[in-house]
This record gives sequence, C-alpha cells and structure tokens, in this order.
Amino acid sequence: METILVLAHADETGSALTRASLEAVTAGLELAARLSAPVTIGILAADAATAASVLASTGARLLAVSGEAFAQARYATDAAACEALCRAAQATIVLAPGTSRFTRVAAGVAHRLGGFIDTHITALSGTETVEVSRWFYRQRVEAVLSRDARPWFLLLDAGTHVAFAAEPATAQVEQVAVQLPEIHTTVSGFRAPAEDAQTIRPDAKMLFVAGAGWTKKQPDGQIHAAEAGELILGFLHATSSSLGSSKSLVDQGGEGEPVLPFLTHMNQIGQTGATPRHAKGLSTCCHGEEPHVVGWRFIADRRAISLDPNCGWTRGKADVVYIADAFPVMAKVNALLEAKKA
Amino acid sequence: MANLLHIVVCAGVVPDPLQTLEPVTGPAGPGLKNEMVLPAVLDPWAACALYEAANLAAKNPGSKLWLVSLGSKAKLQQVMMTIAQKAAFELVPIDGPIGGFPDAHSTAAVLAETIAALPGLDRSKLLLFGGWESATRGAGVTLQLVGERLGITDQFQGVDQIDLREDGSFEVLERVEGGKHQLSVCAGTPAVLGWATGNLAEPRNNPQVGMTNMRTIMPALAKAKAAKLEANGLRYLSVSLPKQQRTTRVEKNLSPDEIAAELVEWIGAE
Repeated sequence: METILVLAHADETGSALTRASLEAVTAGLELAARLSAPVTIGILAADAATAASVLASTGARLLAVSGEAFAQARYATDAAACEALCRAAQATIVLAPGTSRFTRVAAGVAHRLGGFIDTHITALSGTETVEVSRWFYRQRVEAVLSRDARPWFLLLDAGTHVAFAAEPATAQVEQVAVQLPEIHTTVSGFRAPAEDAQTIRPDAKMLFVAGAGWTKKQPDGQIHAAEAGELILGFLHATSSSLGSSKSLVDQGGEGEPVLPFLTHMNQIGQTGATPRHAKGLSTCCHGEEPHVVGWRFIADRRAISLDPNCGWTRGKADVVYIADAFPVMAKVNALLEAKKA
Repeated sequence: MANLLHIVVCAGVVPDPLQTLEPVTGPAGPGLKNEMVLPAVLDPWAACALYEAANLAAKNPGSKLWLVSLGSKAKLQQVMMTIAQKAAFELVPIDGPIGGFPDAHSTAAVLAETIAALPGLDRSKLLLFGGWESATRGAGVTLQLVGERLGITDQFQGVDQIDLREDGSFEVLERVEGGKHQLSVCAGTPAVLGWATGNLAEPRNNPQVGMTNMRTIMPALAKAKAAKLEANGLRYLSVSLPKQQRTTRVEKNLSPDEIAAELVEWIGAE
C-alpha cells in the first residue's frame, strides 16, 4: 500500500503557503483518495503553524520544519529539512511543487533516501499503480511512465492542479527536528526590475511574444527599435500581459545589433527558454518554427501576426494568423485599448 | 589575486532543435526514429555553462577545465568539431546511450564515478557546472544527483551569473519565480552550478583553439569507456507526439484596423 507525502513551502512572507504548494496539496489529496492511501503534508516555513492553518480541514497528518534557518531557500538547509520531513513521514510517494525552491533540492533528497525522482509532472493517473505524464525534448514528446522503486519523488508543474483552498483554522502540527548542516551560503535577497518595469508576469491571462522582426529593417529601409519598444510596452501596460521573446531577439544585444532594452534572457520562450502557462498568447514578428513553438505548449488560445504567409504558425501551430505588419496593427490595438479604458 | 579553480562541465549532445523528432519503441525501450543520424549539437544550457566556465578559467590563471560528456562516440566526435573551436578544455568522453529516455539516476551515477576518478582533480577547488535542464529529458536533476554523490552541499540552479571574489567566495544569481533572481553568497568551492543562459554570447570559432583541443580529443574519444545505464525500475507506458494539430485560420487580406478590432475583442473575451 502506498503512503503519500506532499511537501509544501511558504512564500516570501514565511507564513503562507505558495500557490504551487497548494496545487500539490490538491494533487496529493486526489491521489490519496484514488489509492485509498494515507496522506501526510510536510511544511517548510519560517512560521509553519500559521502556514498550516489553511490545511486544517484536509484531515491529513501535518508535519513541519520551521525556524529562521528555513526562511530562505538554500540547498543545504532545504535539503536537510526535506530529508527530515520525508524520514518522519516514511512515505512511498512524495509529491512536491516544481518551484525553484524544491527543484533545487528534491533530487538530492531523493538520493539521500535511496529513492528516485521524476520532474515536470503534468498529470497523475492510474488506479492500481501510480502513472505520471511528462514531456521530453522540450515539450515535443509526451510520455506516460511508472516506477516500481520507492520512495518515488514527483515534482508537479505549476498550473496542472487547482490550488487547495479552505478557511484557516487551528491545525495540529507536529514539529520535526532537523540537524542543521554546516552553512556556507548566505541568501542576500532578490534582484528584480522595478515593479512597473517587470515584464514577466506568470499569473497574467495573456502572453505577448516579440520576435526578432521588431528590430529588422522596415519598409522605409530603417530600423525602428525605439518605436517597437514603445508599442510593446504600451500593449503590456494596457493588458497586463507577460512578455516573452524569441532567443534571437534577446541574443541581438550581445551581438551589437539594435535591442529592446527591457528584454533579458529570462523573457525567452521556447527551446532554450520558458514554457509558461497562460490562457492566451499573441505572437508578433516571430516565424513560429518548432524551437519557438515548444515554449507555447501550454498556451491554450494562440494568435500570431506575421508578414510571412508560410510561417510556422500557419501550419497548425496557431488558431489564427494575421498576415500583416505588426507595427501598424499594434499601434491600432494600443489606441483601441486606450480608448476602451478611457 | 586569482583563484585556482577546477571546473568540470557536464554536457550531453542533443538533436539539433530544428530536426523533426519521432518517438519509436524498440526492445531497449523508447527512443527517437533515426536518432543516430539526426544532426546533433551540444545541449544548449550546458553549452552556456561551458562558455561561462571557459571565461572563468581564463580570468583565473592556472585553473583547469574538463568537459565530461556521456554519448555515443560518433555523435561526440561530430559535435566536438564545432565546440572544440569555442573554448579550451579537456574532453572526458563516456561512450553510452544518448537521448532523453534513460534514467537520470543512472546517468548521474556514471558521471559522478567518472568525475571522482579524474586525474589531477582537486575536489576542494571543484566547481561542477552543467545546464539546469537538458534539452532531451529536461528533468533538471542529473547535476544535482552528481553533486550529492560527490558530497557537495552548496548547489545553485538556474544560474545566470557568478562573481568570484578575491577571497574565493562568490556571488550567484539564480532564477526564481516571477522574473526575479535570488542573490546568494557562497563561502567558496566546492559547489554545483546548473546554468540557465548566463550573460555571455556564444564565442566565435577559433581554429587555433580547435586544433589544440582536437589533439587531445581524438585520443580521448578512442579510449572512451563504455557505460551501461540501468533502468532503475523506470517503465514507459506510452511515448507519443502531441496529437493536437490546430485548424489555423489564416487572414491574409484584413487591414490593420480590422485586425486590431478583432484582436481587441479577443483580448477582452473571457
């Protein structure tokens, strides 16, 4: 019989669980119900008691590692904490959200416990056994797999389950002691663009992708990078979309070509970039070949503006493709959005 | 004062991203159709790690750089013809299966064993580099497992920058959620860094570096040890291409005004 542990961690406040953790809780409860298996939730937080209050109604056994040493994400302390939670729970299946914090340590913890790990899990299935779905080759090949070996760690992709929600209540939390390792790493904080300059918005409804065409010569023989930047930022401002980019556009900065100064490698979508989840996506000035489109695997509703009637988007990759120059189209879109707002 | 570093970069070879991939299942499990004839490249994020490593080694004279790569000898040789021109390194090839379907734990065990046995490697000076995810399995666990096997408990993933200080400590920027970087300071080596894109452009080909590298690469390939990867109980129940092919509406004759109006309506729709 399987026993299930869901690992969860707090957000930057230290006292509330991350959305991805709550999604993992939902996955764990669903799996436990399907397998008739007991479930434990292990919490990693500076203030675990407060963080656990939202889980009071789950009926799960609640374990926690808490304290200042665990307020920040760091391999040595997080791995020790997760190892302690896993040893206390003695679970055969360990579910955890695929956040940067757990992605950094989960494989190491699995190794310490003599277990195995699979990551980027998008679905859990099977009635007698546990079967999981994940993608290979950057979202180009999908596989369903299973393992006999235990413990089996599964890191879940964000957005694949509904986040668990309940009224906070007093929860019975068992504290798990951790033998702290020698700490060589100090987390000094975060670096991010100013809030109004941040163009990466994982919770946005829409993804806007800018391709290299924005900084190519236009019909007048000139490059209009500044105008392109204004149009793109204007659209982001009006719609609160998240900004993605093709690799070629970001790379231009390193090659001395005109750049859009607000783009970094973190905006990259595709083969060497992110695969975000948004309800809608609009691609502009990007030819939509496979290395780009693999980053769109989880974008439900896709439209593209391209000058090339034979671009990749027209070959079953997008729902609607407008063969047009993105400059006048986006200028008009921004004007309409502004007018609508007013 | 420069720091003497021993940098080991783990990097695999992957099919060129422009190739069409078709999964097939054979007696040995899933693989790609015509996998051995698909043009290959060095795994993109691991390639970024290699360029960052070469830059770091060049800034710290006396440092040494190894490139440890598990793959078929023929594929490694093909990829090295290009990569060898971009940075000076010592190739440590391991002859084994390529592709995304072998178990990451087995891959990590072979890599860790190879690294532990590298002649002249001082593990107290070790920076273990690689991509934070491969373009094949994309699991993001191999490097971490290698680090654990080598007893390294300072690990960083999604790294975009490392700044080495004179005292041997270093600052690391790691990607975290929401387009942010986490800034950490590590007291010193050994450490594991799984690289994202980094900040360096791909180096231009330098035929002189290539010729120097190839003098050691070819003998190393000839002597490459064969590795067998265990399945560790991993079973593939199905492997397939995504079925969804969209019915694309291509609008060729709409004016910018008409397109804009349609887009604004679409953006506002729930």
